[in-house]
Amino acid sequence: MTLLEVRDLSVTFTRSGQQPVRAVDGVTFDVAAGQSVGIVGESGSGKSVTSLAVMGLLPSRGVSVGGTVTLDGNELTSMDQRELRDVRGRDVAMIFQDPMTSLNPVVTNGKQLVEVLTRHAGLSKGEAKTEAEQLLRRVGIPDPVRRLGEYPHQLSGGMRQRVMIAIAIACRPKLLIADEPTTALDVTIQAQILDLLRTLVAESGCGMIMITHDLGVVAGLCDDVHVMYSGRIVESAGTKDLFARPSHPYTDGLLQSIPRIDDDDPADLLHTIPGSARDTVAWDRGCAFQPRCERAVAECLSGPPAVTELGTPIVPHPVRCLRPVGEDVSLHEGNVAR
Amino acid sequence: MSVNEVVAGEPGGPAPAEAAARPPSSLGREALRRLVRNPMAVVGMVLIAVFVLVAVFAPLIAPYSPTDNSWLDQVRPGQYPGPSAEHWLGIDPLGRDVFSRIIYGARQSLLIGVVALALGAVAGIALGVLAGAFGGWVDTTVMRFVDIMLSVPGLLFAIAVAAMLGQSLTSVMIAIAVVNVPIFARLLRGEMLGQRGADYVLAARSLGISRSAIVFRHVLPNSFTPVIVQGTLTLALAIVEAAGLAFLGLSGSDPSAPEWGRMLTDAQDTLTSAPMLAIYPGLAIVLAALGFTLVGESLREALDPKFRR
Amino acid sequence: MSLLEVRDLEVHFPIKAGTLFQRTVGAVKAVDGVDLDIEAGTTFGLVGESGCGKSTLGRAIMRLIEPTKGSVTLDGQDILALSERRMRAVRRQFQMVFQDPMASLDPRQSVESLLTEPLRAHKIPGGAAGHAKRIRELLDVVGLPESVVNRYPHEFSGGQRQRLGIARALVLNPALIIADEPVSALDVSIQAQVINLLKELQERFSLTYVVIAHDLAVVRHISKTVAVMYLGGIVEQAPAADLYRQPLHPYTKALMSAVPVPDPNVEGSRSRILLQGDLPSPANPPTGCRFHTRCPWKQATKCDTERPALRELPLVAPGHKVACHFAEDILSGTITPHEVKPEEVALTPAADDTSGIEAAADATEAHVAGGLTPGGPPGAH
Repeated sequence: MTLLEVRDLSVTFTRSGQQPVRAVDGVTFDVAAGQSVGIVGESGSGKSVTSLAVMGLLPSRGVSVGGTVTLDGNELTSMDQRELRDVRGRDVAMIFQDPMTSLNPVVTNGKQLVEVLTRHAGLSKGEAKTEAEQLLRRVGIPDPVRRLGEYPHQLSGGMRQRVMIAIAIACRPKLLIADEPTTALDVTIQAQILDLLRTLVAESGCGMIMITHDLGVVAGLCDDVHVMYSGRIVESAGTKDLFARPSHPYTDGLLQSIPRIDDDDPADLLHTIPGSARDTVAWDRGCAFQPRCERAVAECLSGPPAVTELGTPIVPHPVRCLRPVGEDVSLHEGNVAR
Repeated sequence: MSVNEVVAGEPGGPAPAEAAARPPSSLGREALRRLVRNPMAVVGMVLIAVFVLVAVFAPLIAPYSPTDNSWLDQVRPGQYPGPSAEHWLGIDPLGRDVFSRIIYGARQSLLIGVVALALGAVAGIALGVLAGAFGGWVDTTVMRFVDIMLSVPGLLFAIAVAAMLGQSLTSVMIAIAVVNVPIFARLLRGEMLGQRGADYVLAARSLGISRSAIVFRHVLPNSFTPVIVQGTLTLALAIVEAAGLAFLGLSGSDPSAPEWGRMLTDAQDTLTSAPMLAIYPGLAIVLAALGFTLVGESLREALDPKFRR
Repeated sequence: MSLLEVRDLEVHFPIKAGTLFQRTVGAVKAVDGVDLDIEAGTTFGLVGESGCGKSTLGRAIMRLIEPTKGSVTLDGQDILALSERRMRAVRRQFQMVFQDPMASLDPRQSVESLLTEPLRAHKIPGGAAGHAKRIRELLDVVGLPESVVNRYPHEFSGGQRQRLGIARALVLNPALIIADEPVSALDVSIQAQVINLLKELQERFSLTYVVIAHDLAVVRHISKTVAVMYLGGIVEQAPAADLYRQPLHPYTKALMSAVPVPDPNVEGSRSRILLQGDLPSPANPPTGCRFHTRCPWKQATKCDTERPALRELPLVAPGHKVACHFAEDILSGTITPHEVKPEEVALTPAADDTSGIEAAADATEAHVAGGLTPGGPPGAH
């Protein structure tokens, strides 16, 4: 069953005296209950803006959001700020990269948890305290009673992220959005947190959006993956399908350029994607990846690239590319969007 | 915006040649560009320009001498001629042209402000560099000294200086300068300590660049931004402080010298009958201080890396 | 022959308390007895999590932080014995590449000034024309066009800034380059470019690298020998292929199993050793083996009382060294892992992020104002 439907989401930033910047463009994806969906991209790809737009957390000034976001049948994009506030925290919760800046440094961990529980879950203070203790135990924090009375700075980075997760799951949200939740953490701590998230999704049956730059995190955690580049989704597929058959030249290049810890016979030089994300083309003029693409042809600059469907209606694998990797069909007129 | 265009020659953006031909932009130039785009800064700069021009060209602008009391016969107790074609801002109780006195007063204020700022900033910067460059016990000693300076109330100190050196312009300037020394010293020292920990300083050290070159070529220039901002704001404060000291009768020994603060004091006696005599110098002080404050605040914004893209 | 020899290196930062009169109340043992031998022309990888002391070790080798004990010998010369003046001259021989390419470049320095400064400081002959030629060469070597000489750091992208940082490190023709997290601040698609550049430069100028990184995959790709650090000491060291094929130390095993692999089939099938808790505080490290509090293979004897020395296990592979009392038994399977309860680990909490140690590394001492907070010094992050 579809929990979250994002349709043709676009976000444009306008600043006086400057060209408007379309940070997210035509983003469409679904999240089912109990499913983890990965959104992968590098800095500036629009993945974080996408998550903020889904949460309705973008400022209203200078930002215009298009498209629709529907959670459990309710359209979030048409709600006012009050209704949205109710949805956030109760139905949707978010985990950020830096738990130190997302926790209030002058309020104890316990108070922050209790506040969420009394406000959104309607518990009394006493009930909330017991529940807070349960929650900390559930996210794997030893000695929860003591930790509740402490301040965020007294915890290690990994523990703080666990507190953040406890706050996020406090009201049993239907959807969890994790924005680079482990980027600031060490690998062994990252493994702990990812393990926790995996367990929570499996147990509670909530949906999860995992925003990350790390394809390794996606491989171990997500069911579906959407790869973003320069504000658009360039490839979507089931995780196994995507890694077995990366078809957008960007996805393919990225996967080839990452050194692997289990590669027993590493090549001398890594495969590279030339240039940087600054070398780009506006999507309405052509493919934004064209300047860095090895497979680019002249047609790549003739308008927005059409989506090629490489999957089946049941197992879709759409790729926004005229010449997907491994599909060496010669370019014929029909493939080129005018 | 980037060098990328040169490297990759990307077809979408501006042509590579064009990008390469663009003159290199230094941080200062970019800050200046941001500054002139800020309306607040423009208003401030106009105010400062007017203030400075008036001060410099006072003899050319003022219609009369500020001490000329030829119009004493037009003054009656409790009745002072208001603005007229000959006397734009009227005549004061001693029969002098108010407009001319305000114009000449700008001179005095600017002089006190600039000299006091220069003295205070130079001494403060010297102490700050000493503490920030060496650290360790030098830092501790200098900072304790600065703390002692901070613990003496500025006004009290000014009165003490005036008592010691006699009532003169020099005392006023020294008093204001001394009050500003610890502000500059602490600011610069803190900034330098922060910069000293930066990676680029470590990089310079690992390249075998000498300690003094690191301090003067890297740490100091990168620590100077807040000092410049503080300097501009301090000028505003110095003008107000100078007026305040004059108001308390601590300015120069010549009571007839045109001084905004003293004009305020003198206007006290006639506040009910001629409030404008207090309002004119008051307005002059406010506008001059406002000019520097606006520019100072805009500078802070323009130089702040957080506003930089 | 070893280009760089490090013997029993120690960096202890004193913890001071008190506002007016400071007294030393303890020490953060950031690096605690490390030996290294680095062969000329090879790459030595140093891995470990934040707070393990790897960055401090790198900086102590370069004498950017004064070690409290031990010796560092570069090309036969004991550099810790040198005066500051002599040291400045020796600095030509080794250079550093930093993690954050923006922070490591002076924002007010143009590319030209950035690259000529070291030439002038060391009075390299050639004059202005010679220096300008050298700069053009260098820019070409790191893949930047000559036209960038008048530009400033903020005009470059992250990858290009790192190229500038590398060019600066090469200006003086060093023999050894210590790269501290050279790619971790870069986007994934840029990382490979910089890694390749480093490899090409190594071949071209026969450079010796010490690469400090937390990314085990990057280190494997680039290194000949890899050492794993935990809480100030090296727990395992081996030729890269051997270490990754057969990690012996329990910490190395856990670390490797935690690294995500971009392959769902591998991710789905491999077993993970999840460590409990966080890194203990280096101000108050566990007795005996530093890792025993979190070790799933911990034994009742020796582990918590005796610090294991780094010893070679030639039976496994030549040059494979490990600091574990029970490495052979773990390898043969005579002892098996058991569950570690989180409560047992949490006894020595590292309250503030232990990365504070690395951050405080440039300050010569760790200062705790007013009183003592448990864990490392408050990081100046």
